[in-house]
Amino acid sequence: MITVAFFKAAIIAGIPLLFATLGEIITEKSGHLNLGVEGMMLMGAVIGFQVGYTTNSPLLALLFAAIAGALGALIYAFLTVSLRANQVVSGLALTIFGTGFAGFVGKSLMGMKMTDQFNYFFRDLKIPGLGDIPYLGEIFFNHDIFVYLGYVTAIVLGLYLYNTGKGLNLRAIGENPAAADAASIPITKYKYLHILLGGALCGLGGAYLSLVYVPVWQENITAGRGWIAVALVIFSGWNPYKAIAGAFLFGGLDIIGFRLQGTAIAISQYIFDMAPYVATIVILVLVSLRKSKKNAPPKALSEPYFREER
Amino acid sequence: MADRSIYVEMKDITKRFGSVIATDHMNFEVAKGEIHALLGENGAGKSTLMNMLSGIYIPDSGHIFIDGKEVRITSPRDALKAGVGMIHQHFKLVDVLTSLENILLGYKTGLFVRKKEQKIKLQQLMEKFQLDVDLDKYVYEMSVGEKQTLEILKTIYRGARILILDEPTAVLTPQETNKLFKIMRRMKEQSCSVIFISHKMNEVMEIADRITVLRKGKTIATLEKESTNPQELTELMVGRPVDLSIKRIPALSDNIVFQVRNLSAVNEEKVEVLKNISFDMYEGEILGVAGIAGSGQKELCEALAGLYPIKQGEIIFKGENLAGKSPKEFITRGISMSFIPEDRLGMGLVANMDIVDNILLKQYHHSKGIMVQRKPAAAKAKEIVKKLEIQTPGIKEPIKNLSGGNIQKVLLGRELDSHPELLITAYPVRGLDINTCLKIYDILNEEKKRGVAILYIAEDLDSLMGLCDRIMVISNGEITGIVDARKATKEQLGLMMLGNKEVHHAV
Amino acid sequence: MQFRIVIKSEIGKKKRVLIFLGSIIAALIVSGLFLAFLNLNPFQVYIAMLQGSVGSVYRIEQTIIYAIPLIITSLGVAIAFKMKFWNIGAEGQILMGAFMASYFALNYSFLPRFILLLIMFFAGFIGGAVWGIIPAFFRAKWGTNETIITLMMNYVALKWVVYLQYGPWKDPNAFGFPKIANFAKNAVLPELFGVHIGWIIAVLLTIFVYFFLNRSKKGFEIAVLGESVNTARYAGINIFRTIIFAMVLSGGICGIVGFIEASGVEQTLTKDITGGVGYTAIIIAWLGALKPQWMVLASLLFAILIQGSSYIQSAFGISAYSAQLLEAIVLFFVLGSDFFTRYKLIIDWPSLLRRTKENGK
Repeated sequence: MITVAFFKAAIIAGIPLLFATLGEIITEKSGHLNLGVEGMMLMGAVIGFQVGYTTNSPLLALLFAAIAGALGALIYAFLTVSLRANQVVSGLALTIFGTGFAGFVGKSLMGMKMTDQFNYFFRDLKIPGLGDIPYLGEIFFNHDIFVYLGYVTAIVLGLYLYNTGKGLNLRAIGENPAAADAASIPITKYKYLHILLGGALCGLGGAYLSLVYVPVWQENITAGRGWIAVALVIFSGWNPYKAIAGAFLFGGLDIIGFRLQGTAIAISQYIFDMAPYVATIVILVLVSLRKSKKNAPPKALSEPYFREER
Repeated sequence: MADRSIYVEMKDITKRFGSVIATDHMNFEVAKGEIHALLGENGAGKSTLMNMLSGIYIPDSGHIFIDGKEVRITSPRDALKAGVGMIHQHFKLVDVLTSLENILLGYKTGLFVRKKEQKIKLQQLMEKFQLDVDLDKYVYEMSVGEKQTLEILKTIYRGARILILDEPTAVLTPQETNKLFKIMRRMKEQSCSVIFISHKMNEVMEIADRITVLRKGKTIATLEKESTNPQELTELMVGRPVDLSIKRIPALSDNIVFQVRNLSAVNEEKVEVLKNISFDMYEGEILGVAGIAGSGQKELCEALAGLYPIKQGEIIFKGENLAGKSPKEFITRGISMSFIPEDRLGMGLVANMDIVDNILLKQYHHSKGIMVQRKPAAAKAKEIVKKLEIQTPGIKEPIKNLSGGNIQKVLLGRELDSHPELLITAYPVRGLDINTCLKIYDILNEEKKRGVAILYIAEDLDSLMGLCDRIMVISNGEITGIVDARKATKEQLGLMMLGNKEVHHAV
Repeated sequence: MQFRIVIKSEIGKKKRVLIFLGSIIAALIVSGLFLAFLNLNPFQVYIAMLQGSVGSVYRIEQTIIYAIPLIITSLGVAIAFKMKFWNIGAEGQILMGAFMASYFALNYSFLPRFILLLIMFFAGFIGGAVWGIIPAFFRAKWGTNETIITLMMNYVALKWVVYLQYGPWKDPNAFGFPKIANFAKNAVLPELFGVHIGWIIAVLLTIFVYFFLNRSKKGFEIAVLGESVNTARYAGINIFRTIIFAMVLSGGICGIVGFIEASGVEQTLTKDITGGVGYTAIIIAWLGALKPQWMVLASLLFAILIQGSSYIQSAFGISAYSAQLLEAIVLFFVLGSDFFTRYKLIIDWPSLLRRTKENGK
């Protein structure tokens, strides 16, 4: 059971988590805790599916999924950046909105499937050279294009955060907005941009579920993955590179219950379903035991910034 | 005196916050190559005025001219464009970044940051202005003095030639203060202007060329330093004649009421923060504690209140060893500890609660049963407000709305009200104007008369030498000496603060 | 600068209420537009919602039955929130309370009704309290982020109940359909005035929590701890114990909800027993600013909203999800309106006019 096929499946299961985690990392780096990840994923999933079904174009589907996620994030951004509303409740409201929205729009999509032509776009593509490495090649480099997009996104985000001036500015905003403001960084613009980008990534994560992973439309297609992503952000220390590892680890945990069915291990599938959640708890406790500056959250997370605060 | 042309002119500046008029048609000007001090009590409008010059606030009315041209400053960026940069009391630095990264923040650097180029440019600036900054050090590893120098470098790098320093010496040692003054003089030589907000008279007299005094939102006077003196300046600040001397009354008796023996403590990173501390305290004496910020004062205070874990040692109060007991037990035995941190409200007070609930904090243990008794606390609150002349719209007002001085009065009033026999107070006059300071010294002296032993931790040597009977100096977690306050000199204390052990122990 | 924001000085209660009502009206207008977009008459729909929730005695009873768990859960959640302990785990605490109560209902139904219900009540409390103490411990000891842990525990609790429902507790008499057996009459809450006596529990708990938070020493300590950890230490408050105590109470109260729902409403244990109340209660707690009297009001309003929404589902053929959409829109507007209670928007008209002229050219 612990075979190449298992690891490969773990990667696939981890991709929606990866996108959502990357999206939330960007959002939190700007100082905003957006608990609406589940909602944005659902919005991206349903819109991606609807557009894909109607236009039969995978690219349009992905584009609109990202836009849907970003629009959800826009509501959150307007509330928490401009109106300085409570971030936790705003995020929860977004999740409720996204769930309702997805259920509403998705009603007419129940049981629908994409055409073969559409699915062909997401077939496995082997990367020449890297894909031929024994074991690792099959596990990492023989996937659909969405997976590769995930790798690229994570790396690009890592470079952005740690090697560019703009990434530096973003980190400053999340740590000490007063310092960033004094450095004449346009705080509002940065926050909006990155929160929306975060939403777009979450939307893409949801789209992967509805377009590739499942790939029919189901109610509650995300099944709490959005919340696991929020935990993964902490687990990966707000670092896009580490998020890759975390997402794949949890992808594995996600599918392990199903895989163990019919094997010698006679524990109910439902108990195994608890695995990702219990693992998250264990990991979070371990992280908090390790306390270090490098793994700390952005200092100004969840605090609205106001220049004339007396 | 060189011929100095006017660089900055602020005319008729008015600013309101809600119903409070912070600056009322203020006028202010600074010449090129001048160090200009802005003096005034808390709430006089010094910080507000400078915040408007540096773009943090926007004036409701008035005009600002830089080098003769009118400018409209609506953000810190505008201010820098006009050449104005402000160094705040709370540094605008990001801890997890290096000096270089902090300086480059917000700068247009193209896609990738070209660190080497910028470093060379910065070296040149550091030479010119004689600023010593380690560009690759992380800010969270730096001392306060280093951070301040970094802030200055950062501001100059962005083109500031008018530097505003807001209470810069509040957190510095005497030696670091001298370094800062050297930097300020260097800037003067380079034809920059420095505006220096302070309430420390002696520093103002040392470094300023001209002094502007503000009071209650209005400009009162601008004087040449040579032609004035602390007495006159204080009177202008306060509005009436003031007796500046700190009264010291003789210590009460020879009874030892408090003994600390071989007290040692270790922090979370396993570093020793208190090393073998031993001292006695007498009934009715004020024992001062001098030291550079971060020498262990906070840990000592907390240990003596049961709030810090002790590795070894004894704390003997009225014959009983309290080491290892809970904070509650310290409180019930008559030891009161009040510590004013830099942000004032962090410890001991709850900003969002009113005076009554804050008083309740110390009292609620005493009432029987599971309910809190607010009525007696409210009565107490009214008493304290009256006794200490606390300015507040009412006892139900959240204390965050009170001014700094009044908040500190509430804290001190509450501590004193529990009639402690040992009062440990740290930085009780932090950031307060001279008037309120004197009032608080009077209060402490009254307690002293009653036989209360007072451990007084402070940063400014003047109050320590004026108020205390003996002064204990702590450096790097250990006591480097205990001297008679009447005979001590600033140099002596300064040396001990740096770690030199006093050979001749007095008393 | 065309406009800027200034902090407002303290705002009166009257204004606060007006702004709140204004936001509700704005939400109704926006939702009304959405309904019009679906070719429905918004007024008809809203009136139907009211009819569906309070239009008859029976419907009022149903609405109250729906409000009860909201009220009690928000009370429980508020205790934790007062301490700034973000207990998102009410769902899980309710489930575990339901689980514990159900255990006794299913295995001890020979006991006299009063005794059995009493035991189930305490079992519910304990179930929720245990589920609350776990994250409390981690947070108190090692500072672990409670938001995520309580959230994860919701899922663990849910999977546990699913496991029971599909596995060891599956009712053999249910023709293969995965469900747990119905409780004996003994284990069911009696009714008073047409509603199960959970309403009495709700009233009692409201009074209890009100006095607890505002007048008791422990409540005071919780409030101080929520405001400032350092100050709490300085006041001699035992932080570890306070966090544990508060979460035992918070989780336990939510656990009681599980008992009430299992015994009074469903008369069995199912995985859907919470109906999302654990999350809705967080919104209620926030809307009510952690004050019991306002939370009761908010709960009733929400109950009317939800009941009304499920009524119009069949009457107008609107998807069940529209209720959530409406809920979310209302929330967005209330969240946004909070801005106007704290800040004042100053528009620099001359500058704004100048800018628009420039853009127009």
